[in-house]
Amino acid sequence: MRHEVRFSGFGGQGIILSAVILGRAAAMYDNKFAVQTQVYGPEARGGASMSAVIIDDDPILFPKVITPDIFVIMSQEGFEKYGSEAPADAVMLVDSGLVHSRPGCRCIEVPATREAKQTLGREIVANIVMLGALVASTHVVGETAIEKAILDSVPKGTESLNLKAMTRGFELISKGE
Amino acid sequence: MTYQEWFREDRLPHIYCTGCGNGTVINCTLMAVDEMGWKKEDTAFISGIGCSSRAPGYIVTDSLHTTHGRALAFATGVKLGNPDLHVVVFTGDGDLAAIGGNHFIHACRRNIDLTVVCMNNQIYGMTGGQGSPTTPMGALSTTTPYGSAEPAFDLCELAMAAGANYVSRWTSYHVKELTRAVLTGMQTPGLSFIEALVQCPTNYGRRNKFKQVLDQVEFMRSHTVLIQKLKRMEEQGEKFPDPVIPVGEFVRRNRPALGVKV
Amino acid sequence: MTRTDFMQGNTACAEGALAAGCRFFGGYPITPSTEVAEHMARKLPKAGGVFIQMEDEIASMASIIGASWAGKRSMTATSGPGFSLMMENIGYAVMTETPCVVVNIQRGGPSTGQPTMSGQGDMMQCRFGSHGDYSVIALAPASVQEMFDLTAKAFNLSDRFRTPAFLMADEIIGHMREKLVIPDTVPMQGRKPLQQGVLPFHPDEDLVPGFPQFGKGYGVHVTGLTHDERGYPCATSPALHEELVKRLVNKIESHRDEIADYDVVNPDAETVFISYGVPARSVQQVLHDQKNPDVGHLRLKLVWPFPDSALRIFKNAKTFLVPELNLGQIAREVQRHTKNEVVMLPKLGGALHSPAELTTVLEGYL
Repeated sequence: MRHEVRFSGFGGQGIILSAVILGRAAAMYDNKFAVQTQVYGPEARGGASMSAVIIDDDPILFPKVITPDIFVIMSQEGFEKYGSEAPADAVMLVDSGLVHSRPGCRCIEVPATREAKQTLGREIVANIVMLGALVASTHVVGETAIEKAILDSVPKGTESLNLKAMTRGFELISKGE
Repeated sequence: MTYQEWFREDRLPHIYCTGCGNGTVINCTLMAVDEMGWKKEDTAFISGIGCSSRAPGYIVTDSLHTTHGRALAFATGVKLGNPDLHVVVFTGDGDLAAIGGNHFIHACRRNIDLTVVCMNNQIYGMTGGQGSPTTPMGALSTTTPYGSAEPAFDLCELAMAAGANYVSRWTSYHVKELTRAVLTGMQTPGLSFIEALVQCPTNYGRRNKFKQVLDQVEFMRSHTVLIQKLKRMEEQGEKFPDPVIPVGEFVRRNRPALGVKV
Repeated sequence: MTRTDFMQGNTACAEGALAAGCRFFGGYPITPSTEVAEHMARKLPKAGGVFIQMEDEIASMASIIGASWAGKRSMTATSGPGFSLMMENIGYAVMTETPCVVVNIQRGGPSTGQPTMSGQGDMMQCRFGSHGDYSVIALAPASVQEMFDLTAKAFNLSDRFRTPAFLMADEIIGHMREKLVIPDTVPMQGRKPLQQGVLPFHPDEDLVPGFPQFGKGYGVHVTGLTHDERGYPCATSPALHEELVKRLVNKIESHRDEIADYDVVNPDAETVFISYGVPARSVQQVLHDQKNPDVGHLRLKLVWPFPDSALRIFKNAKTFLVPELNLGQIAREVQRHTKNEVVMLPKLGGALHSPAELTTVLEGYL
């Protein structure tokens, strides 16, 4: 089964890292195939950034996203640029505090940035809260796989904070908060 | 061993014109090399393009005759690739200061452990006498037929400002001083830059009122003043030759250097 | 121990170089190749090698040639504008028979063009970009794994034939991440040293001379001027120049079949895609979806010297379809070697041919 996951937000939110972690979880820890790509622009901060991961049980030939079936949107500009035309059978996770619009497809509202700031005390882990919510709601990779991939990818000394963020993401879905 | 043993004899005679100053600079450099006691197999000569850059071809060591202006970039690769090698670069004013100007300042900035000997004849000799970045204002060349209208580079000031550990200027008249300067440069870790003004009777002298080779050599004798002495003369309001060519050691220092053999 | 990682193509390229024993990297930052330099900057000092950021790409190319003569396997990585600046010294490496590897993560050109978008517009520049007649070796990776494997291979080919070898990748392959298997060791074929008593530029039977590394007592003179077998300049001898240039070309062209590296799918097909680099992935998707034995695929992992004999494997071929991220540079090369119809499928702008797009074209020929 081929899944095409598209992440979008503003530069500095860790949109690209999210995609790298998800791809890593699938390819390294879930016995699947994954390709991660991204849109590069000259801006290092701000703007609408986009990154994508394809996950498949079979080798991935064409490496670019054709029709995403999963969207993770963390800014209003990102929604307008990369989320507003989501197909009806897709699922979209939105950071409910940052994205005002809602798509025509199934939408899961995740207050990731609010949780990161208020519950975890560090806004910077909002993308990891979102990743937790993504995995819990879509099972596109396993929970153990995403945990290992997060631990591989985050700076030393921030492991427990990031795992807390991931778990908070799981809870937001499982408890339907 | 003598300096003559460093010549690649089956390549002689050389291509230089009668009266050219380059041969003097090569001899001075090889005398310094000989005095350093370097072994042939541990020494590499590197050059770019131009009359000066033909010099490595006449020397028995490994030698790399490269592209125009890029000798220092090639030499950087050789030296960092094998810091055990003693690397000497022969270059000219056009090669070093025009097409190679950027590599020159960056090699000095890195202060990479090379000895750079620039034969400055103030003209493009090999291509037939075009103006160079060191052609004096007013001097005639095939591309400055009404006299050069551009100020010339002072290569030593440039090297010093860019960070080289050792900088000195002499001329093909000052054989002993030049040899000693190259030797001191070789003994100084980091980039050593030795500018040797040379006569080019074919393409500079005959267009610029130096009818005989010796006229230009005499000019280099009578218009050079030791840099320290010149400062003193300036301070005390004494008369000095016009134009004046400051010679001697501009700087010798021990800034951090790159590629020094450990 | 073999290890795996989820890695970017550019990083995999650097890892491939390190595995192949590359111990000198001279480079200059340029999008979309910079990650190669950054990874080398992190890893080379720990591997006992040298990383240096030069003042421009001209100097970068010069530095890797210098390091190669000092005995190091050396590499640079760049993209469009930097590749253009390297051309003169690439010719110098060809003329002086200096082994070195040049990575080009191709982007949209000409000029500054599209720094962050993919392209394959430098395929002919890599073949013919420096002045004079010559031949080179150029590889074209289509996956992160091949960024590793073909970079390592480029060093062997470069040493074997004493010529610059090019890794002609592109922004998509350079920037995408996939799983990479890093083997314990990679195949190594080093330079054959010059035998004592043999002139430094006297070729062996395979037309390649032994390598007289600096610092070993050879006392070799290396010049970009036309030279004789002693290495001495002889720039005005017509016969000598012709002999030298023909040998530089023939040492590569006479080994086309040995150098060739390609995959063949459905050799009995009448309609055959020919691809190299990232468009191969689109073609593979089309073949996977179609499952039609009448559609073949010749995937070139090595483009120069062009492996023309591979075309003849497709005995029933009537049409060759050549998708490229340029206006038909290699399609034109295919045309030189076949009487079959050659259909150019050019694409510019940075996007890849979609499988749907290629399927539509294909259906017109089935």
